[in-house]
Amino acid sequence: MIKKNNIWRYPLVILISIIYLIPIYVLVGISFKPQSDLSSYWKFPSSATLHNFLYAIEKGHIFTSIKNSIIITAFSIFLIVLIGAITSYPLARKNVKFTRFIRNFSLAIMMVPPLSILVPLYATLVDYHGINQYWGLVVTLLTFELPMSIFMFTNFIKAIPTALDEAAQIDGAGPTRTFYQIILPQLKPVTASVIILSGIHCWNDYQFSLYIMQKTSMKTITVAISSFFSQESSNLNAAAAAALIAILPVVIVFLALQQYFIKGMVDSAIK
Amino acid sequence: MYSFTIPAVILFIMFVIIPFSRGIFLSFTNWNGYSKSYRIVGLSNFIRLFTDQNVRRALINTLIYGIGSTLLQNIFGLAFAILLNKKFRGRDSARTVIYLPVMIAPLLMGYIMYFFFTLDGAINQLAFSTAKESIDWLANGKRGVVIMTLINSWQFVGISMVIYLAGLQGIPSMYYEAASLDGVHRWGLFKNITFPLLAPAINSAVVINLIGGLKLFDVIMALTKGGPGYDSHSLSTLVNRTYFGSENAGFASAIGLVAFILIMILSFITTNGLNRYQENMK
Repeated sequence: MIKKNNIWRYPLVILISIIYLIPIYVLVGISFKPQSDLSSYWKFPSSATLHNFLYAIEKGHIFTSIKNSIIITAFSIFLIVLIGAITSYPLARKNVKFTRFIRNFSLAIMMVPPLSILVPLYATLVDYHGINQYWGLVVTLLTFELPMSIFMFTNFIKAIPTALDEAAQIDGAGPTRTFYQIILPQLKPVTASVIILSGIHCWNDYQFSLYIMQKTSMKTITVAISSFFSQESSNLNAAAAAALIAILPVVIVFLALQQYFIKGMVDSAIK
Repeated sequence: MYSFTIPAVILFIMFVIIPFSRGIFLSFTNWNGYSKSYRIVGLSNFIRLFTDQNVRRALINTLIYGIGSTLLQNIFGLAFAILLNKKFRGRDSARTVIYLPVMIAPLLMGYIMYFFFTLDGAINQLAFSTAKESIDWLANGKRGVVIMTLINSWQFVGISMVIYLAGLQGIPSMYYEAASLDGVHRWGLFKNITFPLLAPAINSAVVINLIGGLKLFDVIMALTKGGPGYDSHSLSTLVNRTYFGSENAGFASAIGLVAFILIMILSFITTNGLNRYQENMK
């Protein structure tokens, strides 16, 4: 019965895969096409050119924005992991009103759509002088990514036997030492998942970045691409090249670390 | 040990509680978003909200984006998971290919799709030989909403697929073997074993997709910016437009607040309903 199954599977799987690969194929084709080549988007350029990429890098400030995105993503990930892990330790170990409240509050933030808070958040960041500053975007991303990190770390720490904590306490270690020496070294697998998930979210963020990073020199990659698209509406080939440059790092990292990505996704979704 | 929570508590107070309370206050004012002075206008922002055609349009669109994406992503996510659960050559590559778009920024996916749906884009080049017959796909608001729901579903179906694959792997194969011995047919196996045992996975996938769909912003900004007119706005893009475009921060806060309450209620009803369903299945 299983053998028979596989025969109809193949055409279906191939068809689905083609549907998923076509957009990438078309994007690559357009970005290598000279502007004078008006042939169909479905045809790969007969004479490929790198001109679009060079133009996008120069006019679109692509490298500056990639640098900004790397700085913001790196700092955000570091803090999301660090604060997420230390907050989760008491949340996983103590089941009292206070910790339950923090957990539920944190879960509620996951559901808050950025739109409902963007206006006052922007106004508040203006007061704190956090607009067009790395830290302004980093603390915003941190605040809204922290709940996912807390959720994943808390679930993971709960599964670590408390006997280990108790043994350390009998040996005279306080909670801080117990955390750093007993708990922290065991968190590697879940940390990998948190890094990957929050990293993708920070790198791909547009809604917060659009508000907070408005100055050209501070734009992140998504904001830079979006202004490049509106400014180059007549030169779509260069716009395609810019989009391709922006998605390339993520695609490469994903293909290299696939299993971790998928494991992280599952960990974050299922209790 | 409780002191470990201090950094998180400070962040939540400074960047969630304070802005949120401020948002409630601003929604009763006519603040324009930058000047120092504003007046308290009472309930007029809220009254306007319930009569404003653009708000109503955006609300309906948000529900279409949210519920439409949730349905499509769960149906196709489950179908793909069942298709790609059994081992065969090329299975892992197919999973990778379907999951790949999840990694790409939704904004950039919107721009990639622009090359397909624009007037002289890939779809028209494929289907229509002369410009005369070409369809400007995004020039119609309703059609735009459907297209963007499809794009969002297509891009993020991999999340549901992965959740369902994890769920399917958690079902012991002996259940199927026992039922097959009893002569249960394929549809019976699906209805009586697969579907009930997937309840936790369905729960997770539905909630994640619903929240994602109701927040839709990036794809709309890339493709239509809410246009033509106000026809394809979601509440997210409408807040953006009202704040920065019309410089009406008070009204934008009110929209944000009402959207927040609606989305919370909708998520709450969904989670509760799904939990009850999951309990019944036990």
